[in-house]
Amino acid sequence: MDTEHILEMRGITKTFPGVKALSDVTLAVRRGEIHAICGENGAGKSTLMKVLSGIYPHGTYEGDIVLDGEVQEFRGIRDSERQGIVIIHQELALSPYLSIAENIFLGNERAQRGVVDWNRTNAEAARLLARVGLAERPDTRVSDIGVGKQQLVEIAKALSKEVRLLILDEPTAALNDEDSAHLLGLIEGLRAEGITSIIISHKLNEIEAIADTTTIIRDGQTIESLPMRGDVRVTEERIIRGMVGRPLDHRFPEHTPSIGDEVLRIEDWTVHHPVDQARKVVDGASLTVRRGEIVGLAGLMGAGRTELAMSVFGRSYGTRISGRVYKDGHEVTVGTVQQAIAHGIAYATEDRKRFGLNLIDTVQHNVSAAALGKLARGGVVDREAESKIAEQYRKDLNIRTPTVAALVGKLSGGNQQKVVLSKWIYADPDVLILDEPTRGIDVGAKFEIYTIINRLADAGKGVLVISSELPELLGVCDRIYALSQGRVTGEVARADATQEHLMHFMTMDKDGIAR
Amino acid sequence: MSTTTDVNVPSPTPPGAPRVPLAQRLQGLGGNARQYGIFGALVVIVLLFQVLTDGKLLLANNVAALFQQNAYVMILAIGMVMVIVAGHIDLSVGSVVAFVGGIVAVTMRDPIGLPWITAVLVGLAVGALVGAWQGFWVAYVGIPAFIVTLAGMLVFRGLALVVVGETLAGLPSAFIRISKGSLPNVLGFVNNMDVVTLAIGGLAIAALALTQVRARRALRRHDLHVEALGLFVAKIAMIAVGIGVLTVILSFSAGGTPIVLVIVGVLVVAYSFLMGRTVFGRHIYAIGGNRQAAALSGVNTRKVDFWIFVNMGLLAGVAAIVTTARAGAAIAAAGQNFELDAIAACFIGGAAVTGGIGRIAGAIVGALIMGVLNMGLSILSVDPSWQMAIKGMVLLLAVAFDLLNKRRAGTQ
Repeated sequence: MDTEHILEMRGITKTFPGVKALSDVTLAVRRGEIHAICGENGAGKSTLMKVLSGIYPHGTYEGDIVLDGEVQEFRGIRDSERQGIVIIHQELALSPYLSIAENIFLGNERAQRGVVDWNRTNAEAARLLARVGLAERPDTRVSDIGVGKQQLVEIAKALSKEVRLLILDEPTAALNDEDSAHLLGLIEGLRAEGITSIIISHKLNEIEAIADTTTIIRDGQTIESLPMRGDVRVTEERIIRGMVGRPLDHRFPEHTPSIGDEVLRIEDWTVHHPVDQARKVVDGASLTVRRGEIVGLAGLMGAGRTELAMSVFGRSYGTRISGRVYKDGHEVTVGTVQQAIAHGIAYATEDRKRFGLNLIDTVQHNVSAAALGKLARGGVVDREAESKIAEQYRKDLNIRTPTVAALVGKLSGGNQQKVVLSKWIYADPDVLILDEPTRGIDVGAKFEIYTIINRLADAGKGVLVISSELPELLGVCDRIYALSQGRVTGEVARADATQEHLMHFMTMDKDGIAR
Repeated sequence: MSTTTDVNVPSPTPPGAPRVPLAQRLQGLGGNARQYGIFGALVVIVLLFQVLTDGKLLLANNVAALFQQNAYVMILAIGMVMVIVAGHIDLSVGSVVAFVGGIVAVTMRDPIGLPWITAVLVGLAVGALVGAWQGFWVAYVGIPAFIVTLAGMLVFRGLALVVVGETLAGLPSAFIRISKGSLPNVLGFVNNMDVVTLAIGGLAIAALALTQVRARRALRRHDLHVEALGLFVAKIAMIAVGIGVLTVILSFSAGGTPIVLVIVGVLVVAYSFLMGRTVFGRHIYAIGGNRQAAALSGVNTRKVDFWIFVNMGLLAGVAAIVTTARAGAAIAAAGQNFELDAIAACFIGGAAVTGGIGRIAGAIVGALIMGVLNMGLSILSVDPSWQMAIKGMVLLLAVAFDLLNKRRAGTQ
């Protein structure tokens, strides 16, 4: 028996009608290690994990899954879980109105003859919560805790199933730095207990920090497996090179801004939480954006960045909103989304699947969605013109889709994001607010998005970029505001901006005292 | 600068780009394929009953009666598919039909005694008002349509009883002609076939072929994706043959073209245009596909919701007129289960329960499938209780088939 490797996947080939998603992929995971899998979106990482966890059952793929030296034939996720393989998906699979304890033992209830033993349920849940370092009562409703804590509940759930091999798909994508650090620490702690983890992540600094081995997948093939604790230090650049097949000298395109007059000014903007109406989510924030300028908005999770943007965009968030918005020096009313768009303000959401796109409709219909009026005469849409416009954006923005009549839901994240951008570029606003424009997008597509942002600025538009990735803000923005607890705590020009400098402002408490 | 020059293509296009999966290419066809499937199902069911009934199903008078009996479902299904695409439901239409029917009858009869045409207009207006009432609660107060229209079902059934009592008969014969009459045979007969009917059929085929060819040419002109020529021609030929056969059969019927068929035909054309070509129609699909994304794209979702229900009310008014005319009287108990017939037609016709997907043509075909089942089973003198059970099974199987198809098509 192979004692070194807990898992080997040999020659895995998975074909979908017309596409080879995986082609002869091998993966060898050593017992007790943290094994990272890197690759661009669409490289085949998630497909590989679905094969491993039995979501694609035995027989729908070629190749062998060897666990502890034995070939496995999983017919479903229950089979793989019985072997101690648990997968935690990017989109958490918790039931929001059930308690933490109920969620942990969902499908695996602590019961006798079909009657749930609540004392045992809650007691065991409490022990698991202690193990993952979550200080919440087991009977707390899952909807009442943040996404970082929900992630910990998922891990507690995995532990309750006697997990031996834990698979985490983009576990920190939605987490702030603090929660990410805690989660990564927890994974390292599990390693000490002998639990092997496979972690899929786009955050290369995290991989560099915790992974023992990194396997790189590109175009459905295993490219290389890099030992991370060897004599040669594996850098982020090294991993990126493997992922894209070329060195990324410039993660950000060169750009010389030509900055004009002020186009947007927000003054003393205050927004209250829609439910907890006493709480100020945005507190007296003021900022300006000039034509041709790319302005960044930095802040930790909960700083109020998205809330600020969405409340300005036609009061799409919050209650008891006060403050003034000036467009080209004149005060304007932005009480509805229609008014905001009419005043030339556009907001591209951070959550394109929930708020940005109609996934069951075509590329062309999504591109025209925010400016259908421009394509219509007497309420009748000129479909020819619409197709032409969509076709033009497909070429200009390099949207990779077989036709503009294809469904948006079938595109990769990067291409979906380009559809969102097309929609707003076609609406021809003066100010574009881009909320996390590169979230969940692979490195190559990010570069293309940055290029588009630069082009928009060069066309004389003001661009406000919200991002959780500081290098990104430093790479593309001409000026950056830092937000903390709903207040603007700092404003930094590109020349003076460093990550440390920004982080200092981002962690200030609202009275201006660094925490 | 970079020290590694031995790398792949330094193009701005990252690798992995040119793979265009076949599944994606086929996806563009997916929506259409689904429509063809339903169409095929209708043809199969018609042929099946044609054989089972020894050719009685497609007798001229039976075909005319098929449209006269089922006009109400088709009219309601047009409005319902819009409601369903937007992600709502309307349970009240049966009650609204009874209520508006009562209003129309009262308006025509003594002591009010207005001309029947005025009564029809009053009926349409009242229908639209009922829709506005429900639309207000759904769109501007935010109560789920299920609840609002469940309440409406009770409210308007109650009001129908108040207005009608039990039955209000003795309606003008001109009014009754709406449902029982046919277009006048002003062009005479050729070989016993009504020329008016033949002319309408011919025009329909010509108009259909012309619009399809023009649409295709427009796509070509801009180098846009078009379906294969063979498929295109086959599609038009099949529809032309379908309309042709229907036309010839109808031209032999006692009256020629039923007036309700003209009403339904005009509504189908108008509403297909509304849903497919106008901003309003596009907004309905956008809202049903992703309500929040639509709102954040500047679609006034409340306004669209409101008008969808106004429109549903209006069409319920049309259905009320057709139903009342057919019965020759307003009946307080009229319209029982009409909402379920309309909803079933939409889902058989491929509308998605979650909204965002559905077509007028699909809903009409769904209604026809139910209608043919009704008629075929009646000709076979199957017990009405069994008819009901069979229709239920067909609804379930149609949706199940659709779902399995989709699953097999491979949602990754």
